[in-house]
Amino acid sequence: MATDPVTNSARTEVLRRIRAAKGGIATAETANAEWSAIDRTYRRQATRSREAILELLIDRLQDYDARVLESIHVNVRTAAAGMLKDRKANRMVIPAGLPAEWLPDGVQFVVDEHLPAMELDHVDGVMTAATLAIAETGTVLLQNVPGQGRRAATLVPDYHLCIVRAEDVVETVPEAFARLHPTARLATTFVSGPSATADIEMTRIKGVHGPRFLDVILVR
Amino acid sequence: MSGTALDPKTAPTFPMAAKTALGDTQLRKNVRHATDVIQAKRARVVAEMPDWQDLRESGKQIRQHTMENLDFYLEEFEANCTRAGGVVHWARDAEEARRIVVDLVKASGSDEVIKIKSMTTEEIQLNSALEAAGIHPFETDLAELIIQLGQDRPSHIVVPALHKNRHEIREIFRQKMNLPDLGDQPHDLADAARVFLREKFLRVKTGVSGANFLIAETGGVCIVESEGNGRMCLTLPETLIAVAGIDKVIPRYQDLEVLLQLLPRSATGERMNPYTSIWTGVDPADGPRTFHVVLMDNARTEILADKEARQTLNCIRCAACQNACPVYRQTGGHAYGSVYAGPIGAILTPQLQEMHHAQSLPYASSLCGACYEVCPVKINIPEVLIHLRNKVVKQNTSGVAGFFDVEASAMKAMAMIFRSERRFRAAQRMGRIAESPIAGRDGWIRWLPGMLGGWTQVRDLQEMPKETFRDWWERRGKNGN
Repeated sequence: MATDPVTNSARTEVLRRIRAAKGGIATAETANAEWSAIDRTYRRQATRSREAILELLIDRLQDYDARVLESIHVNVRTAAAGMLKDRKANRMVIPAGLPAEWLPDGVQFVVDEHLPAMELDHVDGVMTAATLAIAETGTVLLQNVPGQGRRAATLVPDYHLCIVRAEDVVETVPEAFARLHPTARLATTFVSGPSATADIEMTRIKGVHGPRFLDVILVR
Repeated sequence: MSGTALDPKTAPTFPMAAKTALGDTQLRKNVRHATDVIQAKRARVVAEMPDWQDLRESGKQIRQHTMENLDFYLEEFEANCTRAGGVVHWARDAEEARRIVVDLVKASGSDEVIKIKSMTTEEIQLNSALEAAGIHPFETDLAELIIQLGQDRPSHIVVPALHKNRHEIREIFRQKMNLPDLGDQPHDLADAARVFLREKFLRVKTGVSGANFLIAETGGVCIVESEGNGRMCLTLPETLIAVAGIDKVIPRYQDLEVLLQLLPRSATGERMNPYTSIWTGVDPADGPRTFHVVLMDNARTEILADKEARQTLNCIRCAACQNACPVYRQTGGHAYGSVYAGPIGAILTPQLQEMHHAQSLPYASSLCGACYEVCPVKINIPEVLIHLRNKVVKQNTSGVAGFFDVEASAMKAMAMIFRSERRFRAAQRMGRIAESPIAGRDGWIRWLPGMLGGWTQVRDLQEMPKETFRDWWERRGKNGN
């Protein structure tokens, strides 16, 4: 769609007003130089040990009603089998590229090849990997890449089982952004616990429109 | 409660509206309870952060830097968003923004839209414009759904139905969703909303959103939310239209590492809100096939032009100042006559009206400074309030009207007296003579005549001392006694 003339004159006018208000035109050189001079004295590196970071992640995930299982002595497939059985999930949607060795027997897995939203609404859940996790905020991070898939697939089903590798866990939000920068243009979703609302008397209530149940398997 | 939109152009003055609100004890109870809960949660998660003050300072600098280079960053955003398949529109004012959105919805071939909570679309009263064009908007945020079904008006930036308690919400849902047996536990109400809206999410082909941040470096858009209704509207429709004030742009992707730490902790007292979405333009394999962004001025450039008030634009809409404000906590949001209530509303609303309306709002504050203390980007709201009071006075006392204004004349006379020692001494003498008939035997004045009576209606005034400090200073001997 081409820009119509009205929008075009509005564009010229808004930019003119901005420049008149500030008294000049901003350039890339000055903007870049000034941006680099912004003070950033907040924490940008981990301060805890690896073990403490993983413990923090588990604590924070649980605090926001996610269930967490560490697969230390068992493999992912066994851990997933237990989780899915508990949730009575027999038919799961999965994105293309999810490692086949993670998938337990006895569960039907439907690969998401542009399934209509109506069909996503009729599976028992979705199982994906994650790009990374942030311990301090209890966040798992999903992107549109193999093993994680498009956004609708982790949204419409009522249950999400997410597999997080220990090496992908960072402590702080700035560390996450440093890792994400090369893929900044990909559709990215930060998930911190199951869907919730605080709209009634400011009390956090679990479960509105997104998945009402979130399980995480931490692979160590 | 009427269904008419909050419009600063027609709203009563704050003192008048506040008087009505203060008489509603249920409303005051609800607002007090909700803001108490949220303040306690915020305090707890802010205390967890050893570098909170550093984050605030960086947040302030990022926002300030953005406003100083706003033209550059908007053009950069436009170029990158367009390159990624988005279509960028510009709107000078609310009217133009409404027309663009209505035309885009019509072009999408839909007569229904699903909406994410957006204060910007409330600001421009988009829903009435859509309805006038035969388009039905479905609000999908739980609080906005409560407002829409209850034909009510938003009273808080983050939790627009904060003034309603669970029993009142149940009544609205029972009637409007036809659920006679609905319980009043919060999870019953959330479940009812889930069922009510799911069918709409799966069916409606056009979505309308606001935006929390527009990322100049990538052309991406960031939306933070809790329920997943946002993700539904962002991913399931074929067409998505985002309406954003020009102040929503941020320089780079990395800046989110600051803002996404400040916003959730300040807004809902959470370490991170349940869902944050970032996407760039159009991805044929994921989400809407058509994506529009409407960049709207609507008097924001007027604010930018006022150096003292420019920091108003740094706001990231967390509403922490509302929750902390002793005035808001008594009156709730409707008394402000604007979708932007509380301290930020008191400075933003009159400026969005170019100081022609909502002139009583800069006075709706005791200047206690609680808002400044909690602001995640350190907007000095009391400073701006005083600056705007000054603007209101100057505007109302300029020209012929000011000549006949009693208060302005009194202030001018006072200034003249204070400028001269001789006049000041004379005024003190006159004052002592004038007060003698009205001062009580105990030295207190409980009644003043005429307009001055407004002061003594609620306060007593001590009479002037028999001897002034200056008289005493001159009288005292060389040894100081």
